[in-house]
Amino acid sequence: MGGFLAEIVRTELATPDPDLVQPEMYNQMFTMHGTIMLFLWIIPAGAAFANYLIPLMIGAEDMAFPRLNAVAFWMIPVGGVLLISSFFVGAPQAGWTSYPPLSLMSGKWGEEIWIMSLLILGTSSILGALNFAITILKMRIPEMDLNSMPLFCWSMLATSALVLIGTPVLAAALILLSFDLIAGTSFFNPVGGGDPIVYQHMFWFYSHPAVYIMVLPFFGVISEVLPVHARKPIFGYRAIAYSSLAIAFLGLIVWAHHMFTSGTPGWLRMFFMATTMLIAVPTGIKIFSWCATIWGGKIELNSAMLFGIGFISSFLIGGLSGVMVAAVPFDIHVHDTYFIVAHFHYVLFGGSVFALFAGLYHWFSKMTGRMLNETWGRIHFALTFIGFNMTFLPMHQLGLLGMNRRIALYDPQFQSLNIVCTIGSYILAVSTLPLVINVLWSLIKGKKAGRNPWRALTLEWQTTSPPAIENFESEPVLWAGPYEYGIDSENEDEEDVEDMLAEVSAQS
Amino acid sequence: MKIPSNILTLIAGIALTMICLWYGQNHGLMPIAASAEARTVDEIFNFMMTIATGLFLLIEGVLIISIFKFRRRKGDLTDGPSIEGNIPLEIVWTAIPAVIVFILAIYSFEVYNKMGGLDPMASHDMGTQIAHHHHNDNLVALDLEGQEVALGLGASPGNKDEESLVVDVNGLQYAWLFTYPDTGVVSGELHVPVNRQVTLNISAADVIHAFWVPQLRLKQDAVPGREAQLTFVPDRVGEYPIICAELCGAYHGAMKTTLFVETEAEYNQWVQDNTFAQESFLDEAVARQ
Repeated sequence: MGGFLAEIVRTELATPDPDLVQPEMYNQMFTMHGTIMLFLWIIPAGAAFANYLIPLMIGAEDMAFPRLNAVAFWMIPVGGVLLISSFFVGAPQAGWTSYPPLSLMSGKWGEEIWIMSLLILGTSSILGALNFAITILKMRIPEMDLNSMPLFCWSMLATSALVLIGTPVLAAALILLSFDLIAGTSFFNPVGGGDPIVYQHMFWFYSHPAVYIMVLPFFGVISEVLPVHARKPIFGYRAIAYSSLAIAFLGLIVWAHHMFTSGTPGWLRMFFMATTMLIAVPTGIKIFSWCATIWGGKIELNSAMLFGIGFISSFLIGGLSGVMVAAVPFDIHVHDTYFIVAHFHYVLFGGSVFALFAGLYHWFSKMTGRMLNETWGRIHFALTFIGFNMTFLPMHQLGLLGMNRRIALYDPQFQSLNIVCTIGSYILAVSTLPLVINVLWSLIKGKKAGRNPWRALTLEWQTTSPPAIENFESEPVLWAGPYEYGIDSENEDEEDVEDMLAEVSAQS
Repeated sequence: MKIPSNILTLIAGIALTMICLWYGQNHGLMPIAASAEARTVDEIFNFMMTIATGLFLLIEGVLIISIFKFRRRKGDLTDGPSIEGNIPLEIVWTAIPAVIVFILAIYSFEVYNKMGGLDPMASHDMGTQIAHHHHNDNLVALDLEGQEVALGLGASPGNKDEESLVVDVNGLQYAWLFTYPDTGVVSGELHVPVNRQVTLNISAADVIHAFWVPQLRLKQDAVPGREAQLTFVPDRVGEYPIICAELCGAYHGAMKTTLFVETEAEYNQWVQDNTFAQESFLDEAVARQ
């Protein structure tokens, strides 16, 4: 759905004039594209991996609060249906940021439905985060201390902290906006003496951490996928684990970098510039550590690994342009241009979505008991990687040259680059076909996967694929650290793992 | 002939440095710069581009070499070496980005200051600030008399005493309106003389807009209920687009006009034409009554 909207947006931008859809409709499209992709795709996908993997990785039967978990889960489809239903009353068209006063002036009920569905999704996200944090902290098997849990758990711990701190502020902002909209109050409406800048502060206090909420779980996924397929321990476990926490902490104090050209005084811009640039340090640590993990390993270049490496190379670009836009003088030029559009797609698509696919190819066998087809996986990777770079790389240049974002009509001098972007986005659309075919075909006919097709060491691979009800048939045993590859190489092929498990179950 | 690997690394390192130094200066990604401040922004971008190119090539290089060099051979089920970390190396790659961002932060601070972003904060001597307040019209970051926080970019520290041409800019759906308080001219286009300091007082009538001239590398949101300032000295005659860069409704994309940077004579002519036109319009209106 979100992807479909994006395709319409790109098609519209193939020509400089608004000819495919009306500008109002165009604004509805990109508002909904942003909202759906963020709140109904990446955030829930991260939560889905967390829900599935955390109990397995720490050897628990289920999450700490299974009912709460179910509530959080079912709120997502409710929120989603509500959001999409707003098309019937005129979808919101103020962008996913919904800055007042524009959001108060364009389409009252569409905007209100947008607020309601975001409140529902936000609540779901808070409940989920609570559950993740408590499960990780309290339900690990006794042998596992914090420093021997898989890195995915660390990143989810950091994510949960961000959700718990940030989301209530978004809720507050949205409820006040809703009062402005429905009850005619003027918290943010300058006509009645309100202040639109306050909304921006409150919105970004959540929505910048939200970027880390979207990307941190996938940092965790990558930290799991890379060592398994490179057959090498993760490089610098503690550095990666603690840098997640550092990113989460810094993520909370950078929000005003979205407002460098807005209502922020100079000294505030300088402060937020400094904190934003600091984030490059923990992020850099992660990227270097991942590179060092695969360097010198024995890389099995399967689909999961391809997406993993694709993730590093794309996210790198997002990270580099991120440091650039942190520099206030430069940001003043590129703010709200296609440079920003390119930047955040490199972070969220090049980062989150590539890692999401890496995770899917990695854990599909665990989830379903069947392997995904490698050939289709590689085709999927090639199409995604080419399409992605073709769509978003030229956008950097467009932004620098002076194309602003969220426009249905633009200067004809930018047309040729825009056509490249549009073709790229079609390739990206086509790239979903091999994935869908692969998943459906593999579900029915895929090669059966054993307990541990990747010969991995984390706990989830000790149970059957798919896992039994309550996850483990017998108490899982922590017999190796999560990344202790290469210590005793002869004994660690698949049979030995099976033997060991058999032995262990015989004992218990 | 077998070249020792450390020499290869050295050569690769030199090549890498040369490439990124060259690309940092010759990326050709920026539009023309029409003021001295815009060129300082370009310099910082070139600097960042140089570092970014270096890091990009380094990391992508490592990834590509790894893919080819460290592939698992068929049938080899053993693991790679058990290296769990290397504290000195980790300290080095924590320190390098830290130093880079430190330099970058200081550099940005300098540039921003040069652009006039920290106008009243340039001096920490609060006493003189207040004493000089009456002729320090370009208060931007913080109004020391405490009533309101003004926004935007002030005069560059070098040109503080220069008198600027003041233009009131009003953003409304979907047009820009420029009022010249000195001459009373009202226009939909912005005409300014070259090499003279211009101060724009930016406000918005309905929703948030943003005033952006890519060639000046300047952007400032126009927020209803607030006033913001931009001060610049254009030094290149030409026509540049003025673009609204904050979503302001359905026809946001069409909210554009032109900045004309003209010679003094052309500008005076334009002022005269317009003053005359408006006066005759007023006369007509009066005559009709």
